[in-house]
Parts: sequence; C-alpha cells; structure tokens
Amino acid sequence: MKNISVDIAVIGGGPAGLAAALEAKEQGAGRVLLLERDGDLGGILQQCIHDGFGLHRFGARLSGTEYAQRYADMVRATDIEIKLDTMVIELTKDRVIYAMNPTDGMMRIECGAVVLAMGCRERTASQVFLYGFRPAGVLTAGSVQRYINMEGYLPGKTAVILGSGDIGLIMARRMTLEGITVKGVYEAAPHLGGLMRNKVQCLDDYNIPLHVGMSVVRVHGKKRVEGVTVAKVGPDFRAIPGTEEFIPCDLLVLAVGLIPENELSRGAQVEMDNKTRGPVLDNNFMTSVPGIFAAGNVAVVFDLVDYVSASGAAAARGAVRFLKGELGGACEYRPVTAGENVNFVVPQRVRTDAEGPTSFYLRVRQPLKKVRLVCEEEGKEIASVRATHAAPPEMMSFEAKLSGGALTVSVTEV
Amino acid sequence: MAQYTCIVCPNSCLITVEEGENGLKITGNQCKRGEAFAKSEHEHPLRMFTSTVKIEGARLPRLSVVTSGEIPKEKLFECQKALNHVVAHAPVSCGDVLVKDFCHTGVDLLASRSMK
Repeated sequence: MKNISVDIAVIGGGPAGLAAALEAKEQGAGRVLLLERDGDLGGILQQCIHDGFGLHRFGARLSGTEYAQRYADMVRATDIEIKLDTMVIELTKDRVIYAMNPTDGMMRIECGAVVLAMGCRERTASQVFLYGFRPAGVLTAGSVQRYINMEGYLPGKTAVILGSGDIGLIMARRMTLEGITVKGVYEAAPHLGGLMRNKVQCLDDYNIPLHVGMSVVRVHGKKRVEGVTVAKVGPDFRAIPGTEEFIPCDLLVLAVGLIPENELSRGAQVEMDNKTRGPVLDNNFMTSVPGIFAAGNVAVVFDLVDYVSASGAAAARGAVRFLKGELGGACEYRPVTAGENVNFVVPQRVRTDAEGPTSFYLRVRQPLKKVRLVCEEEGKEIASVRATHAAPPEMMSFEAKLSGGALTVSVTEV
Repeated sequence: MAQYTCIVCPNSCLITVEEGENGLKITGNQCKRGEAFAKSEHEHPLRMFTSTVKIEGARLPRLSVVTSGEIPKEKLFECQKALNHVVAHAPVSCGDVLVKDFCHTGVDLLASRSMK
C-alpha cells in the first residue's frame, strides 16, 4: 500500500471540491490533493449542459459544463495534485484517507486537513414508496441526464416524469428536444416544486402538461416498463380511490429529491444534522471532528452552484487556518437558531472566538412575499437583507460580521 | 394585452405587455432585464440553445454544445436536427467554434467543455 502525506485533501472534484482546492492553494497551502471518483473533474456539472449557471460568480450566463471548465482550468493551472478514477473507501477521525485507483492501487493518505465535497445522491423508487417488480426503464432524472448528455444513450421513447423540481423540469425539456415524448410531469405536492421560470421555458415552451396533486402509484411491466398508473393524492399523499388513470410509457423518470452523500463522514464519526442531512458545521465550515471540513451539497443541498463554490472556498479557508494552528485547542460553540419562518441555517453554530464576515445559507418554511431577513447576535441586529419574495425551493444567503455570540435568524413579511 | 413569466432570473416576474398608440406598455417587471425580456418575448421569443454532438477520439461519445447567443424559439427543433450532421474530433477546447452561423441564426455553435 502506498503511503502519502498531504497538507489538505479534498474529497470530490465537483464545484465544491474544485473551489476548495483552488482556495486552499491561493491561501498558501503546500501539498493539496484532489480526489475524484469519475474520470474527469466537474462532478454533476459535467452533465448539466443547460445554461443559467454562474450569474453570481462570473457575472455571465454559462452552461454547467462551461462553469465547471472554468474552475477545472484554474485548478489545472496550479500544482494541485489531481487523482481521477479514485475511490475513497474510508476516512478516519484522525484524518487518514484510504483510497484506491487503477494506477496507484491502495493508498493510505495522511492529511493535515480534509475537505468533504462528495455532493449528493438522488432519491430512488423505493424511497418514494414505489414497490413491486423492478422493470428496466425506471431511472432517476440524473441517470437519464448522464445517459443522454454524456454517454449518448436515449433510455426510452415515451416518458412520464415524477417530481416537478428543477431537475425534473430541465429533463422534460431535454428529453423532448432529443425526440422522447414526455407525457407529463406529475407532482404529488399541490404546487410546482421548481422555479416558475423553469416551468415556462421547459414545460410551456414544449407543451408538456404539469399535473400537481397527482403521483405515480403503480409501475406496470415485468421486464420493461409498459406504463404507469397515476392518481390524485390527498394531503396525506395517499391515492384517492377512483382517480386512477393508466398511462402507457416505457420510461419513468424520478425527480424526487436529493440527499447529501455522507457515508464517509459518518465513518469519521462526524456529527450530523437531521434537517440538512449533512454534517453540523461551524463558522469555518468545520465539522464536529477537528480538521475535517465540509462544503457544497454534502453539507446541505444547494440550488445555486455559485453558493456551492463559495462554501467550498469558505471551507478551504477554514482548513488553512486549522493547518496554521488557529483553530486548535478547546473551543466553545454558540448555536445559530432558525427563528421565525426559517427551516434551517448553515453553518449551524459559531465559535465563541469567531470574528469577521461569514456567509450563511438558509431555507424558509413556506412561500412569503416582501420579506426582511434579520440576523441577531445576542439580541443585537448584525445583518439584514430585504427581498421581494422568499420560497422553500430558493435558498437565501447573507453575510454577517461575527463576534462570537449566539445567533438567531428570522425571515418575516414586512 | 399579453402576460409573460420572465425567465431571466429566479424572481420569475409576471410581466404584462399592452400595445398602445405610443408603442408597448410594459408593467410588472422589477428590473430593466425584465423589460427587455418582455419586449423580445412579445415581438419574437428567443432562447439559448444547448445540446450535445457526437465526438470522436474522446473519453466520452458526446460533447456538450451551446450557441454563442440566443436563437429564435421556433428554430430550436431545426437546430437540434442539424446537430445530427455535426461531428467533433478531440481534442476540443471549451469555446471552440464547431459551426459558424448555425442554421442561419447568425450565432455560432460552440463547444461548452474541453475534451481530450
């Protein structure tokens, strides 16, 4: 087994990992190692060929692939060590990574600090209670996206999409353009899951119907999908008898949510947050295990890649501070409380020695109009943001100058 | 009178366009970009075109592409069909022009990633 020692290892070469590796280098870290299990850098952005990325970060409307390319080129212009086709098997709480790839074989990597940037996974059929036979043709939206946009396969001829989040809407357009007939998008909730602009440019432009308050209740076919039964659902998401309808199709696309991929984090005994399903983070984006940081979708599912990159850079700054010994020793934390209308806030806590500007990310519980976001430190307002509206699918962000006290974040209509 | 949902940013403003004697009256937008969008959407809707083409000699069989500017909405399917005749050859750099004046739209077809 190969023994390697690095200053900072970044696990995952998607937008969070790329930004983290780059920032670590820019902050003066010595040996930075980027580990990626795919054959190229970019993570999920490799298959996001549609445009609309990078308005914040680059001030330009880029495709996902262009956004990733810009970061990958910047990373490749440094001496950051990149290992592709590399699977991380285990991370210990003492910051030792066990990984393998076809050229190095097994590796034991001792790290001064680690940034977790593994991203997230999609919810699958069994996680939305679609049981029974497992015919070919039931795929997650991300798998369909990868098949079509990277690997050159069309996974069906006639499709039904379950879930109206942005990924489902984007794939409705993409499949239609590639010649797949999209029968409709079904959404169990009583309202659209994604952004209205995506419904307009992905469904309305192509005359694809959206059915809210309806779900797929049965998949037909034993070897291959032959159709699905859809039905109206009540507030409890159970099918209303008598409303069932059979729709012939050979492809069911599931766009039913994302879950941070934290197997490695759990192995390292990192404390998790039930709300975000990611690690509990502090104002340096450090987890409960000293020297292990997290950023991007592994920490919390973001909806803007610009925020993902920003969180990667923040985690890397934390990692460099840790290497310098600035975050060592015993420390105390104060909580960041989700106040009125707020579902969760990341980071979840701040160190009592925290100082300077820190970015926070949050989601509200329900749609609100004309809002004011207020962050209070020990009862004193330290940051506020006004917005024309707020909604659960759109993450909000703000920056606050900390001085180490407990924070409460609330969003109220004004 | 016509109404359009703006697709420029996540705000998704519902914009009303009325044809008056002094030209178009545009209301409901929160920014200048929304006004421009509503005018274009009313007169001649435009969209960015993104898709993939075949690539030879690369690690993957498909190369993602994007137009250098927006194209008329009604040309989306014609553009998609025209991609069947485009084959890229690795190495390709992000931003390389694959087809000039793609489908007589006045914009070029560009590679939207690099591939070795």
